[in-house]
Amino acid sequence: MPRRVASQTKYEALTMLRNGEQLLLLVILPVIALVALTKMDLLDTVLLPGTTRIDYAVPGVLALSVISNAFSGQGIQTGFDRRYGVLRQLATTPLGRSGLVAGKLGAILLVLGFQCLLIGVVAMVLGWHPSLPGVLAALAVLVLGAVAFTGLGMLAAGTLRAEATLAVVNLLWVLLAVAGGTLAPAAALPEWVAPVVALLPSAALGDALRAVLVPGASAGLAGPLLILAVWAVAAWAATARWFRWS
Amino acid sequence: MDHPLTPTDADQQLPALEVRALSMEFNVSHGRGHHAVRAVNGLSFVAAHGQVTALLGPNGAGKTTTLECAQGLLKPTGGTVRLLGEDPWNAGPLLRSRAGVMLQDGGLPQSARPGEFLRHVSSMYRQPADMSGLMDRLGIHSFARTPLRRLSGGQRQRVALAAALAGNPEIVFLDEPSAGLDPQSRTVVFELIAQLREQGTAVVLTTHLLDDAQRLADHVVIVARGTVRASGTVAELIAGDDGGRPGALRIGLTAGQRRAWESAPPVSSGRSTSESEEPPTGVSSFGRSIGLNVTLEDDRVTVTGDIRPEVLAHITSWLADTGELPTSMTLQPRTLEDVFLAIAGREIR
Repeated sequence: MPRRVASQTKYEALTMLRNGEQLLLLVILPVIALVALTKMDLLDTVLLPGTTRIDYAVPGVLALSVISNAFSGQGIQTGFDRRYGVLRQLATTPLGRSGLVAGKLGAILLVLGFQCLLIGVVAMVLGWHPSLPGVLAALAVLVLGAVAFTGLGMLAAGTLRAEATLAVVNLLWVLLAVAGGTLAPAAALPEWVAPVVALLPSAALGDALRAVLVPGASAGLAGPLLILAVWAVAAWAATARWFRWS
Repeated sequence: MDHPLTPTDADQQLPALEVRALSMEFNVSHGRGHHAVRAVNGLSFVAAHGQVTALLGPNGAGKTTTLECAQGLLKPTGGTVRLLGEDPWNAGPLLRSRAGVMLQDGGLPQSARPGEFLRHVSSMYRQPADMSGLMDRLGIHSFARTPLRRLSGGQRQRVALAAALAGNPEIVFLDEPSAGLDPQSRTVVFELIAQLREQGTAVVLTTHLLDDAQRLADHVVIVARGTVRASGTVAELIAGDDGGRPGALRIGLTAGQRRAWESAPPVSSGRSTSESEEPPTGVSSFGRSIGLNVTLEDDRVTVTGDIRPEVLAHITSWLADTGELPTSMTLQPRTLEDVFLAIAGREIR
């Protein structure tokens, strides 16, 4: 079982990284966002005393990378695999349905590792000085975020037509990035909408990463983690209930 | 997981696949709610090792749904399926490694290249087939590095067949294996199927091509509207219950006979539902009660259906009464197509 899942993980990860559009979504757009948030004054209203733009940019861009990868990237790939019968074909091999899902999750974590490494290096070039405890806590949050967004991506891929999945996840990627509490905290949004946005998985992931990575952050970690965990459980429960293989 | 990978003798005694009273209902949602559609309705058949079993039937007969239940891709709503003695829906990796599947819609990722995809599928099996040899045999090497989306239907079909055979299966399911194949590929695929049979593999395939069934199958299962209408070897099906009466009687009429036939045919088509229903004046009711099908085209008469000796006697006596010999007269042996149309034909038309 582990050997077959590892084989599927490698295959899925290579398929994602070799696809031009996926690469744009996975690394190029997040890196552009990182540079833009560092060089422009977009985040200046939320900066705490003693912090810099890059301290806020990195957690937001890491959250965006998770959405690019687990939700948009794997959602689109799985949607088309479903349309072309690839899911059913692989489910009839010894890999099976559970092995296939495990392989996809493994590929998402592998690609996420690659994204974090690249973003970390670019951020350090731009002057980021992370703390080791902060980075370790962030990795744990990233894994939880990846599980939640994989569930949401699978739900879209397993219930909508492939083209509809493509449209929905790309539209949501833009909305969540700009106004979903991903790149900038929900608190920075107008008062009437902020409490609602804070309940989105994107805001919960962004807020949790900011709580562990921004030096001297005052916002709590427990609330966002709880919201993210609820989304993860709900998304996977809905996927288990409604996912269609054909 | 350390299971023996070779089947035991007991396994070989069992049929490779046993489908009993299978039913499958789908909930179809539409504007105002759901309704159940029954795709398979009490279907039973058995597929043996070392034999080609063909499910033959018109489109929508329930062939693919039956295969998907047997492959563990669908959970039947009724009846039982035993694949190599086990329940395919709850199949573990070992059972799945013993069955190969070629899906009707291909099951191939469009952006992948055949070579790497087949190597990947091979990596799922502990004792994979010689994939390079298989690709050679199926002529895949020449396009192994071309993305699947750029391949023709027949090329993709060959890749899907190689994927189904990647694990040296004991039973292989082929859904419409010859669809989209050019004549050369068809020959290669048919030879491969014959070789699998010789190796003792159970081959279960679906087709709506009578020619394929007649050429390949040891055992034919005719399916229509979700149930088995007839099954047996091709020879058995052709022989039928009556020992193989002819499929058709063809007579070439002289001009005089033709005029006589047109004004008062000695036999008529159709099956009368009530005895009181009289044919039009001058038309013989002969043939009505046994459901003959009679056509007159130019000067040729074709009679199909249950051609009993008395049918021949009746018509030859009518011919004798005209005082002329017909220009020709032949009894044609029954074909699988005659059997198939007799069973499924009325329902599909």
